[in-house]
Amino acid sequence: MRREIPLILTAFVGFTYILQFFIPHAPFNQLDRMLNEWIQVIAAFAIWLGALNLMKVSLNKVSRQSENWPFALITIFGFLLTVIVGLFLSGGRGYQSPGTGFDYIYRNIYAPLSSTMFATLAFYVGSASYRAFRARTKEATMLLLAAFFVMLGRVPIGDYITAFLPKGYRLSDFATWIMNYPQTAGYRAIMIGIALGIVSMSLRIILGIERSHLGGEE
Amino acid sequence: MFEKLLKLDRRVIFIFIAVALITPFFLDIKQPMTVSPEVRSLYDEFEKLKPGSKVLISFDYDPPSAPELQPMAVAMLKYCFAKDLKVYIIGLWPQGPLQANLAVEAVKADEHFKDDPPQYDVDYVNLGFMSGNEVVIKSIGSDIRRTFPRDNLGNPTHELEMMKGVTNYSNFDLIFNLSAGYPGTVEWVLFAVGRFNAKLVAGNTAVQSPGMYPYLNSGQLLGLAGGLKAAAELEDLAQYYGRGTKFMLSQSFAHLTIILFIIIGNLAYFATRGRNR
Repeated sequence: MRREIPLILTAFVGFTYILQFFIPHAPFNQLDRMLNEWIQVIAAFAIWLGALNLMKVSLNKVSRQSENWPFALITIFGFLLTVIVGLFLSGGRGYQSPGTGFDYIYRNIYAPLSSTMFATLAFYVGSASYRAFRARTKEATMLLLAAFFVMLGRVPIGDYITAFLPKGYRLSDFATWIMNYPQTAGYRAIMIGIALGIVSMSLRIILGIERSHLGGEE
Repeated sequence: MFEKLLKLDRRVIFIFIAVALITPFFLDIKQPMTVSPEVRSLYDEFEKLKPGSKVLISFDYDPPSAPELQPMAVAMLKYCFAKDLKVYIIGLWPQGPLQANLAVEAVKADEHFKDDPPQYDVDYVNLGFMSGNEVVIKSIGSDIRRTFPRDNLGNPTHELEMMKGVTNYSNFDLIFNLSAGYPGTVEWVLFAVGRFNAKLVAGNTAVQSPGMYPYLNSGQLLGLAGGLKAAAELEDLAQYYGRGTKFMLSQSFAHLTIILFIIIGNLAYFATRGRNR
């Protein structure tokens, strides 16, 4: 029964979702609404589960003094500080309201730190482009040329360089053409492939053919 | 020499990119701005709206993507408030409503709005973050007040003046999704457009925007602003110049630097290829 009940539940929920799409009337729309609310509640718990798991991993790291444990200590401190400030020091207002302690942490610590981390990517992209974009083969040359035209066409300087050409033939127009036709054609093929894969895998799960999500055999 | 170039220390490239990014902050060069068709379409959708129309803006991004998406948010919020459109803010990312607060503050600080700043529950409401990803998009199709029982300030949603008569997508004239990943524009297309026929335009990061062109070409997405260049284009169209326009010069210089290095790398590669053979 430990395997049959989850399979029955999966099939019931899966078919309910399919039916409510085609029959948006009672009782299917009510079932849909109820299931949606359950998913939102489960998703909210998942956030807490993730946060508590982060704490568990970080506390383990600190207690064992394993590699880079001071960073785990900063994580614990940051987490507790944010939670305490958000829950207890908002002065009766919503914790995300402008002017609260949580808002101060977000603006002055979280936002600059996370932006800085992401901004370092610009340097790695530059270095990686220098090494990766080499015209070694025909395919690599095509990729290189596409990157060249899109990178120049997607900044105003591209049009400045080709300002002598009539409108419609400038670098930005060429970049738009690349994005609209070759790029979209390739992307569409990938998307159709992925969608068909999702449909077939979903049907396999709903019909109980695919059971790997239930874990190993007893 | 070419052998040395092939083995160029990456820190040299880092320094050149840093100089290319920082130098433009001290320059005052006006760049010609060509508006791309997809950004023009996005702007045209806003232009079609009459004063009093309701716009749902979903802030689905966090600070790392803010340099690209925040200028779009600020420019279009200014446009909405100037045109007296009613703005409903939500977030499928926890950081989204906070980014919205920053954007609204930027609007209030603008000299155009000093005398008549946008007012909460009159010009805009911030319904906050709700967990559940695409399920939230689906739930709004049934009842937005049930999906967001309280706003970002903790007020019961049904008590808000702006929420009176607002039930689901049929009450919104346009949805503007600012997205940096999942959940984002793809989910809005699949559920809000595919299921409820909502009118959707989107602002995306440059990395994400290529994936949206199939939806743009099929008409499911009515307009698309991709990356900082599109943010600068929106600022140009809305005539509110901000960080999008300012940072565009840095991006131009950085792209030129990277292209220069790619050319140098290829010259070195071809010069040494014969020798290596």
